[in-house]
Amino acid sequence: MTIHAAPHSVERPTGPDLEPGTSLWQDAWKRLRKNHVAVASGWILLFLAAACLVGPPIVAGTWGYDYETQDLAYGPRPPTWEHPFGTDFYGRDLLTRVLYGGRVSLTVGFLAAAVAATIGTVYGAVSSYAGGNVDSVMMRIVDILYALPYMFLVIILVTILGKNLVLVFLTLGAVGWLLTARVVRGQVMSLKEQDFILAARSLGTRPGSIVFRHLIPNTLGPVIVTFTLTVPAMILQEAFLSFLGLGVQAPRPSLGALINDGASQMLVFWWTLAFPGGVMALMLMALNFLGDGVRDALDPRMKN
Amino acid sequence: MQSETATDTVLDVRDLRTYFKLDEHVVKAVDGVSFSIRRGETLGIVGESGSGKSVACLSALGLVPRPPAFHPSGQVLYRGRNLLGLPERQLQNLRGNRLAMIFQDPMTSLNPYLRVSRQLTEVLEVHKSATATEARRAAIAMLERVGIPDAARRIDNYPHQFSGGMRQRVMIAMALLCEPEVLFADEPTTALDVTIQAQILELIAELKHTFGTAVVLITHDLGVVAGTTDRVAVMYAGRIVEEGPTSEVFASPTHPYTLGLLESLPRIDAGPEGELAAIPGLPPDLAHLPSGCPFHPRCSRVLDRCRESYPPQVVLSPTHSAACFDIEVAS
Amino acid sequence: MRGYILRRLLELIPTALIIVTASFALVRLAPGSPFTSEKEIPPQVKAALDAKYGFDKPLPEQFFRYLGNLLRGDLGPSTKYPQRSVNEIIADGFPATLTLGAVALVWALLLGITAGIIGAVRQNTVWDHAAMAAALVGLSIPSFVLGPVLVLVVSLRWHLLPPAGWGDWRHVILPGLTLGTIYAASIARLTRGGMLEVVRSDFIRTARAKGLSERLVIWRHMLKGGLLPVVSYLGPAIASILTGSVVVEKIFNIPGIGPYFVDAAFNRDYFLVMGIVVLYAGFLLVMNLIVDVVYGLLDPRIEYP
Repeated sequence: MTIHAAPHSVERPTGPDLEPGTSLWQDAWKRLRKNHVAVASGWILLFLAAACLVGPPIVAGTWGYDYETQDLAYGPRPPTWEHPFGTDFYGRDLLTRVLYGGRVSLTVGFLAAAVAATIGTVYGAVSSYAGGNVDSVMMRIVDILYALPYMFLVIILVTILGKNLVLVFLTLGAVGWLLTARVVRGQVMSLKEQDFILAARSLGTRPGSIVFRHLIPNTLGPVIVTFTLTVPAMILQEAFLSFLGLGVQAPRPSLGALINDGASQMLVFWWTLAFPGGVMALMLMALNFLGDGVRDALDPRMKN
Repeated sequence: MQSETATDTVLDVRDLRTYFKLDEHVVKAVDGVSFSIRRGETLGIVGESGSGKSVACLSALGLVPRPPAFHPSGQVLYRGRNLLGLPERQLQNLRGNRLAMIFQDPMTSLNPYLRVSRQLTEVLEVHKSATATEARRAAIAMLERVGIPDAARRIDNYPHQFSGGMRQRVMIAMALLCEPEVLFADEPTTALDVTIQAQILELIAELKHTFGTAVVLITHDLGVVAGTTDRVAVMYAGRIVEEGPTSEVFASPTHPYTLGLLESLPRIDAGPEGELAAIPGLPPDLAHLPSGCPFHPRCSRVLDRCRESYPPQVVLSPTHSAACFDIEVAS
Repeated sequence: MRGYILRRLLELIPTALIIVTASFALVRLAPGSPFTSEKEIPPQVKAALDAKYGFDKPLPEQFFRYLGNLLRGDLGPSTKYPQRSVNEIIADGFPATLTLGAVALVWALLLGITAGIIGAVRQNTVWDHAAMAAALVGLSIPSFVLGPVLVLVVSLRWHLLPPAGWGDWRHVILPGLTLGTIYAASIARLTRGGMLEVVRSDFIRTARAKGLSERLVIWRHMLKGGLLPVVSYLGPAIASILTGSVVVEKIFNIPGIGPYFVDAAFNRDYFLVMGIVVLYAGFLLVMNLIVDVVYGLLDPRIEYP
């Protein structure tokens, strides 16, 4: 045996993260759990999601509020024990409306990100696996789309298709897959030259099967990372649309629309801006910190 | 041997220790290393990757990132001054000036975003307060000295426009601009083709004679050590296990590890049927070192004591020593 | 280099053509027409209006006519604002939008790069953690929350800056901060990441081994390579800032182009929607080209094929 030194190896003592016997996912999970900020964000997120899901029926059962029944005589009042977030201009309980809006935000965010991840993964994998001219044309399309003011496209699509929840997340997802496509393509590019793919090819495995059975599963890590970063972006964009009056329609509340209402009344009725805005910011913060933690845990090298 | 006066010694490293903290573990990358080097001498430090040879030299120059490293302990005496205790500013004045270093991979060790001229002249501007024109003239002269053809034109190229061997020549030129007293060469030829390797080693040897530089040559390649060094120190798991004049160590290696290294070299005189002897086992995990002598799990001459404590230095001749219980018993 | 720019400019032509065609198709194939969203109008009036704007012709013919006019720089009339052409509306609104976007971008770059450098150079210190936590918080506050809060505090409480409107430099500060902060957060993270990538590289160790001062190591050896990710982010960022200004223009009541777009999309003001999309797309294609060229200038290893 000669001395162990690969030509390019840098002297670096082996650390405990090279311990044998733990899989990539177990390692990542261990790293994630050590990240206190990410863990706290995860709990906040779980709490928010649970509140948005079961909150409205509980509030309705306890106090009998719903998101749409107006009480003009009661009108806008600051937070009290009966209305912890106060009431809006029409006397509706703001807590119920914020929780309901949060439900819309989370649903749209996750579904839109899922749509984007699916399209992006398939597109990226096919593009890089096909290679050559197909790849360069497909990536050129991504380049073009990447630089476009794509919220404009969303606005046009929403005004055409109508303002319905399902269409909003489909539309957002349908235009939000570019980053995933790029990430997956990069990943597949390096994977497809590796031995196990060559082996599958030499055994006569069909291209479709190679892409879906061998390549895509191995891009899961980066796709998850991109997904966690896409969710807050999608939530933000849904709120952006709602703020412009293009999202979910009144009387159904969404956080963006609530913030829009609140912003116009903030001088007099501060709580109508503070609570929806605060919940929105908290939700995005928790998602961003958690997404950051997931990224560091799954791929410590993929910072930024 | 009377000429070996204290003034001849340019660098004297005593009991250098550099520990890293990685997660929960303390990694003793360098654990009590001592060596000294005289003017015009070449010392080879040889060992596997992870043996601490690079970290020892980086520590001496204050180039180990802290954290994760702790402040190194021990002494690195340059002309009687302990470099480990120097404030950063004074250390900066010595680095690249009196003590220079070249690195393993010339592909990544030059800044890809800056022209070679910028990277060369800044050394003279910083250390010698040279003007831009002076620095440029000196840089071109040095490039010619290290064998870059058409240096006056090539100096304005970017690193990626040079070949690997040429880049290492640029690195050497950069290190020698201020005519340093000590040159640390960290695996200067590992990343290069065999023919280029020989040229670079020859260049270092030649420049050493011209400038009287003391060279610390770090390598994993015993072949490089044999041809170019006056003395050799063999490192294993952060410590020097054997040290002596190169000819003596090669002629009569004493430490089992050194012996193993030499036996694993292919020999022309052994003939095709001669088998290469391999050292059994793997290089140690520095975070979980075996007790006692870290080499004992791989050692064929292991004694009970080897598992309990680290062996002392056994002096074999005034210039040759090794750390091994078995040798102690034998002598 | 010149050849590269020329080639990229030529490549813009098919790209622009695709964008114009696709958006024309999208806008025109949508249900509804400019005149259905208003009150019921008599059929003969509608026919006259259609004839006036040429909507009675077959679509392909309309498309080629639009394309011809576009090449001459004529973006057509507005159906919502019959007395004004699309060119006039854009000439009125675009300067404000552009000013706002530029201020936001400069603010984002200044704040983001500074915070990112601090984070990278003081990695894993209190400074780093504070800067990066601030960036993540900044990333989580939507402009439509930040804007009203800034108005409330800076304008209405402290009376330092006007709460809305457009006119002199004081009007642009709050909208610029509102729009730029979220990008500052992204840029800070990218800068830190890019710088850290460089910090660990061998050539920085070389720079230190040469005895350069820390200041010189950072400014001369790290910054150029460390900022490359920021440069490549600028293309999408500019696109996003331009669209993001729709909301900010609404909050601060700025006579930019954003509100027109939402309005026009709703009212099927075909020429206005098309005009704004074409303008933005063209602007962004050129900006991307500039960004690519700058990237190439910063990284000497990029070859121009």
